[in-house]
Amino acid sequence: MTVAITGEEIGKKIAEAFPGSIVSSDKGSVVVDSKQLYLIGEFLKNTQGLEFDYLTFLTAVDYIDYFEIVYRLVSLKHNHSLMLKTRCYDRENPVVPSVFNIWRAACYQEREVFDLFGIKFEGHPELKRLLLWDGFKGHPLRRDYL
Amino acid sequence: MTTLLDQFQLWLKGFWPEWAAYIVPAIAGILVIIAFVLTIVIFYIWWERRLLGRFQIRTGPNRCGPEGIFQPIATAVKILLKEDIVPDKADKLIHFIAPIIVFVPILMIFAVIPISEGAILVDLNVGIIYVVAISSISIIGIFMASWASNNKYSLISGMRSIAQMVSYELPVVLSIVGVVLVAGSFSMLKIVEAQTIPFILLQPLGFIVFFLGALAEMNRSPFDLLEADSEIVAGYHIEYSGMKFAMFYLGEYGVALAYAGIITTLFLSGWQGPGLPPIIWFLIKIIAVFTLIVWMRATLPRLRVDQLMSFAWKGLLPMAVLNLVIVAVEVLLIPASMQWVMFILNFAFAAVLILLWSKLFTLGGGRVEV
Amino acid sequence: MSIQTEPFILNIGPQHPSTHGVFRLRVTLDGEVVVNVEPVIGYLHRGIEKLAEGRTYTQNIPFTDRLDYLSSMTNNLAYCLAMEKLADIKVPERAEYIRVIFSEIMRISSHLMAVGFFINDLGAMMTPVLYMWREREKIMDMFEMVSGQRLLYNFMRIGGVSQDIPGEFLPAVKKFVAEMPKYLDEYDQLLAKNEILLVRSKGVGILPKETAISIGASGPVLRASGVKWDIRQLDPYSIYERFDFAIPTGEVGDCYDRYWVRMQEMRQSVRILEQALAQMPEKGEVCASVPQFFRPPRGEAYGYIEAPKGNLGFYIVSDGSIAPYRLHIYPPTLINITALQDMVKGWKVADLIIIFGSIDVVLGEIDR
Repeated sequence: MTVAITGEEIGKKIAEAFPGSIVSSDKGSVVVDSKQLYLIGEFLKNTQGLEFDYLTFLTAVDYIDYFEIVYRLVSLKHNHSLMLKTRCYDRENPVVPSVFNIWRAACYQEREVFDLFGIKFEGHPELKRLLLWDGFKGHPLRRDYL
Repeated sequence: MTTLLDQFQLWLKGFWPEWAAYIVPAIAGILVIIAFVLTIVIFYIWWERRLLGRFQIRTGPNRCGPEGIFQPIATAVKILLKEDIVPDKADKLIHFIAPIIVFVPILMIFAVIPISEGAILVDLNVGIIYVVAISSISIIGIFMASWASNNKYSLISGMRSIAQMVSYELPVVLSIVGVVLVAGSFSMLKIVEAQTIPFILLQPLGFIVFFLGALAEMNRSPFDLLEADSEIVAGYHIEYSGMKFAMFYLGEYGVALAYAGIITTLFLSGWQGPGLPPIIWFLIKIIAVFTLIVWMRATLPRLRVDQLMSFAWKGLLPMAVLNLVIVAVEVLLIPASMQWVMFILNFAFAAVLILLWSKLFTLGGGRVEV
Repeated sequence: MSIQTEPFILNIGPQHPSTHGVFRLRVTLDGEVVVNVEPVIGYLHRGIEKLAEGRTYTQNIPFTDRLDYLSSMTNNLAYCLAMEKLADIKVPERAEYIRVIFSEIMRISSHLMAVGFFINDLGAMMTPVLYMWREREKIMDMFEMVSGQRLLYNFMRIGGVSQDIPGEFLPAVKKFVAEMPKYLDEYDQLLAKNEILLVRSKGVGILPKETAISIGASGPVLRASGVKWDIRQLDPYSIYERFDFAIPTGEVGDCYDRYWVRMQEMRQSVRILEQALAQMPEKGEVCASVPQFFRPPRGEAYGYIEAPKGNLGFYIVSDGSIAPYRLHIYPPTLINITALQDMVKGWKVADLIIIFGSIDVVLGEIDR
């Protein structure tokens, strides 16, 4: 039975390792600061007892003040899952570190988020549009697109 | 024995000048052969479609005429009515003559296939060598078609075609030599006459090698990589439509008929058989061989190109050589009246060799480091 | 002196008999050997995620049919699960059993199609496809009995199913379940030891275990690589904890293992169907009462199931109104093709086609 670890427990562990990076944590998810996202991702993958080696989905939601990027991590060994979130407050030129080097599952999903929202991922080897054609202008899934 | 046409010519010489008595039987014979080939090819198209349908638990065409016998005519009309498109950058002259070079040699093979007792166009005393030589010309036509189309898919197909056709010539020719050794002559009529026991029973290994080699020469499943529908989408005839495609299509069934005729002549004792008239026996045998060919097409997936080449060079060629050696030794040692001894010996050898090869032989190839 | 060769780019374009949909691959070939592969997708992008923001929750259910159009019942189920998690709705017993029966029959249908076309890509001229479609026709007839549709059913609703099943359905399912093992044995007899199939698919296109986990593969692709991960047992949804079934796992992760895992999963589906038919309650409600303009509470939910192709999930964010604020679809096949480049390098053109066929993609899901 997959146990969904509560966001609060993980929040405590992350706050010990990276003080000041937790924005909020509740039963369902943990929100972290986007600057330390890569280090937190590595910490979550490599720590004993956590070992989140499987990234399921990666997507973004447009709450008009900020973009929220959602990751769901699963540990195949311990059979528990976690929702990790990060926020990006810049609407003109949103940039977030890429987790491609930790979990390769981010390969197409980060490209899709870039395509449909315009959020750039630093460190992704090939960030270009995925579903729409290369000359398309605009980012359709933003709330102000149509 | 003299052929029917020779007898016709002798009779004509009685009251017509020399040159007329020479030309008229020839033209008559050619017309009869063309009519025969076209009729049987149309029958083959229908037979293959119905048979494939039965193998695939469906009926096959049954709307166009009673039980669908006009379906091939409908297909032919459809193909002929299509627009003839030539790609812009294709090599126009070679694109134009390639179908001719593929189709004409196939028709020429029928000059030496005996349809019934004495019914052969010309009884060459090097009949079977003529067949081998002429059938190799089609390969050039296929390569011309694939090269001149200016299309990467047909280029891949052309590269595969040269490799496949050339490598499968050798086992085919070697198994023919085995038959010739027992029959004692190259002439097709004499080979049929020499078969008091059909050669399929005397040389089962030769038959298997020849049959598989012929399948590869015909580009039929499981060796149909040249026109692999699921990979290179029709291969060498990808840019052809209209009458030129009709020539390729007819050529495919024509060569199936030609090889069925050759197998019947070489291994199944031609027109001989008790009871029915010889031409009926011939038709039954070619339909049986064609059924076997369609059966293999319906049931087997296809091989990859490197596995195909391994199979030819490491599998069929040694078997063909061994078959030749065994048959040669037997012809030397066994007198003609005890041919049934060959039958037992050859079956035993065939069984042993096939079992041995299936254990030792591995289809190599695989991943290449890039 | 060695011959100079140079690689050329072949476009296995959106229209091709073997790309299982409008999928484009730009392949760099050196002779017949594949050097590099670049997938280009988006030819079937319909903007479902954006369209869903303008429609009510129940109006979005037909969109979910059109994702993996070969197994549309399971897509409906994932969406309805997400909504039920969001709004905390309890589904009645009989509806749960009906949902499980539909999902498992859908799994059999999808795997029949996948295996049939895998062998068709090998070159077997539609013969295995037509044998497997004999069973698939029976499945489609059963579903037509229930929903009036043969392919895109739109049958499940939030809180259950849309209507009760007719009287003839259960006897038809019982007959199907009784006959299916015999047909599966027939396929094994015809295919499992076929020399040409073994030689073309064993050892071809290996996906190692670490790569499979790192790229986030799921479904038969992950299980064929040796990872025993099936959401029906490890994180059960609906009523799957009441059924007893095995999880077939491959060893090497080549094309043959993926084919074998799918054949075995069909047998396990038949086992689940037998148990579900035996345990199903005779009468009962088939849908919890949900208003037409359904306003779930604010919040978010992620509903995920083990679809035939992998781990299908829906992430729904709701702001209390009648339409979702954000609907995200997590397609298993988009993630499964991430490893296509690793699996295909060094093999030949013919192998590229069958490796791609063994992953079993449906473009409706990839492009959404």
